[in-house]
Amino acid sequence: MMVTLEHYLVLSALLFAVGISGVMLRRNLIVILMSLELMLNAVNLSFVAFSRYLGSIEGQIFVLFVMVVAAAEVAVGLAIAVSVFRQRGTININDINLLKW
Amino acid sequence: METILFYVLAVVTLLSAVFVVFLRRPIHNVLFMILTMIGLATLFILLHAEFLAMVQIIVYAGAVMVLFLFVIMLLNLEEIDFPREPRPLRWGFGVILSLAFVVMLFPVIKRIAPTITSVGQSGDMAGAMSNLDLIARELFTTYLLPFEIASFLLLAAIIGTVVIGRKLTRN
Repeated sequence: MMVTLEHYLVLSALLFAVGISGVMLRRNLIVILMSLELMLNAVNLSFVAFSRYLGSIEGQIFVLFVMVVAAAEVAVGLAIAVSVFRQRGTININDINLLKW
Repeated sequence: METILFYVLAVVTLLSAVFVVFLRRPIHNVLFMILTMIGLATLFILLHAEFLAMVQIIVYAGAVMVLFLFVIMLLNLEEIDFPREPRPLRWGFGVILSLAFVVMLFPVIKRIAPTITSVGQSGDMAGAMSNLDLIARELFTTYLLPFEIASFLLLAAIIGTVVIGRKLTRN
């Protein structure tokens, strides 16, 4: 039995779902950022799988760009988390509702 | 052999991803996140994307996760009262919702996957060039402009991080 594209896509979908549930369920800002990373990595996995099974290198190049954007997003997000913690003394997103309503 | 390896790696990656979401202490989340990254890098090697596997380990397991650890350390966790997690009802609701998302994705996967059956050997992957050669050639010819834009994005992120992270002095 071979490992097919379907295997990788299902694994990628499951990882993405774990990331989504993390974003929906957790109240800790840092863990939410980590779940976002998880979702981006799930997408990366399906990109690389498509690149392998379609025999084209473009998927891997796109993964590089996704990594760049993810790195920028994490840096800015963590800076915001530190800044919010300085001002509010909490990273619970239930308490950070300045822009909510 | 490849199949066994895939299943072991898939189980390890998924389990550590679940631990990332459902463990309570942020430091454990970060450590399991590193395990997830390493599992994904090994899956990349299984998919013959060796360069990306190395980048994954260096950038994610190395840089990004160290950044997370630093921030957790800076926030001085002893003084934070951990956010009270939502009630079991909401947990169940959230898990069911994300499972529904997976179920929604399955028809798409079923549609796509049968049309691509074997490993593609046509085109540029078939040559004797290594993975890194191929990526570099494409990146610096066809995708040169996006590459430059990506570097600009990183510059913007650096400046933004410095500005946001600066200590505000009121006077």
